[in-house]
Amino acid sequence: MSDRFISRGFEGKRRQQPATAGRVPPGQYLTDDFPVLSAGPTPRMPLDQWTFSVEGLVREPVSWSWAEFSQLPVREYTADIHCVTKWSKLDTRWEGVSVDTLIEAIDLDPRAMYVTAFCDGGYTTNLPLPDVLNNQAFVAYRYAGQPLAPEHGGPARLVVPHLYFWKSAKWVRGLRLMEVDKPGFWESLGYNNRGDPWKEQRYWGD
Amino acid sequence: MDDLEIDPNWDLMLDGNAAAGLFQEMFAVEMTACPTACAWCGQQGQIGRLLAFAHAPGIVLRCPNCMNVMMRIVETNETIYFEASGVAYLAFERSAW
Amino acid sequence: MKQPISWQIATVTGIHPETPRVKTITLTLPAWLPHRPGQHYDLRLTAPDGYQAQRSYSIASEPERIGEIDLTIERLEDGEVSTYLHDVVQVGDQVEVRGPIGGYFVWEKDLGGPLLLIAGGSGVVPLMAMIRHRFVAKSKTPTKLLYSSRSPEDVIYASELDSLGMAGDGFEVIHTFTRSQPANWRGYARRIDQQMLRETLTPIASVPLAYVCGPTRLVESVADGLVQIGVPPERIRTERFGPTGGTL
Repeated sequence: MSDRFISRGFEGKRRQQPATAGRVPPGQYLTDDFPVLSAGPTPRMPLDQWTFSVEGLVREPVSWSWAEFSQLPVREYTADIHCVTKWSKLDTRWEGVSVDTLIEAIDLDPRAMYVTAFCDGGYTTNLPLPDVLNNQAFVAYRYAGQPLAPEHGGPARLVVPHLYFWKSAKWVRGLRLMEVDKPGFWESLGYNNRGDPWKEQRYWGD
Repeated sequence: MDDLEIDPNWDLMLDGNAAAGLFQEMFAVEMTACPTACAWCGQQGQIGRLLAFAHAPGIVLRCPNCMNVMMRIVETNETIYFEASGVAYLAFERSAW
Repeated sequence: MKQPISWQIATVTGIHPETPRVKTITLTLPAWLPHRPGQHYDLRLTAPDGYQAQRSYSIASEPERIGEIDLTIERLEDGEVSTYLHDVVQVGDQVEVRGPIGGYFVWEKDLGGPLLLIAGGSGVVPLMAMIRHRFVAKSKTPTKLLYSSRSPEDVIYASELDSLGMAGDGFEVIHTFTRSQPANWRGYARRIDQQMLRETLTPIASVPLAYVCGPTRLVESVADGLVQIGVPPERIRTERFGPTGGTL
């Protein structure tokens, strides 16, 4: 590192503590808060108008109302989450529907290789289909034992803990199955297409 | 004077002034006073009046009239990425306000 | 004018408490440039491992003070930078800054008036640069500051504003307190609303230039209120601060 000015006595956010080494990816710090990040204001979608769809490269698109979605098998998840803005939060507790359950409801076209999650407010994120199967991803509507707060993505958000948390799309309304990968909101402007925090894949070219 | 629901994402919102330093870094000119127009709805105004969501992995500037995205800025260590597909035009005035 | 900006290392030459949570830091800048009142500087901290944090702070001082600037900073409980600036920084320390930045939310004497300045909390800081410049430049532009604070202890620059208000040069301060008021207070004791704006505006002879600065909700309700009572939108400039007062 070249001769850089250092601010006397400044340490910034706490870095990895020994007790949690191995659970905190490179370049991250631990937080006890749950920071609120968003590209826009909190969308307000009344539950009686909310739907969740699986569409795109499927034989028949499927859609659930809130009442129907609430009847789907729900599981509890405990996960560490890692935001590309460098905070990590361990042992977060969620309840939601596995993406496997949602994909099982449709006839998957063998050409479907990618998924775009689309959301109220216009946000999108893209993932390879294998990254959301095998219980690696879920659509959560409860967090820490309570209904998911609107500012954190309620009524429901996608959660994909093994990737940077911008992939865990808030206010998710559906998954679109695609043959061609289409970079989403952040992936189209500098953020890594996949976003593996353990390989520190934050930006293009990482 | 209003009964807006509590929304932390709204409370954290800033405006185009928050991007002033980035604009100056990218373009070497002051841009918050630049007149601009929204490509979505046509609303005109200065960049300083655009709504900014900076509590995010980047800065998102939205039209105060229709809330669509006008510009986005992402900073990495080496690069500033900038897109303005929601901008109809920018005007650089030769004189001050 | 092409003005690439670059970082410079400033030296802290003064620290002055304003209120229990607010301090002013005076910085001497090797590459000082006269700023336009309302502009800000970016300030950047670097930890030994290279981690950096950056914030923007409005310049509180007038450009007529050559070679140095005042930054007035509110200490935010979970603020990474503000707690450092309050708790660690001492006279003689150095900080990296970049600026001056801005061009929309600025006022200088030649732009005329009358001026209506409206502040919520630490939103008063950039307006104070305008007020100080106005005084030093001997402008007689009629100027009103409508300043919303939670309580009397939270008023930044309280005694200076009182003195300026008695200078007889057309400057007036109107306070409103939203949580607690001074003893025997007969002034406003509520959030700024349309009625208050109307009463503040009525004595002003012609359409003012309005500058509104503070938390986002105050800025939008005041800006909307001003439009409702007839101030043309192009005469209103706004700058939104974060919920507890600082930019970004």
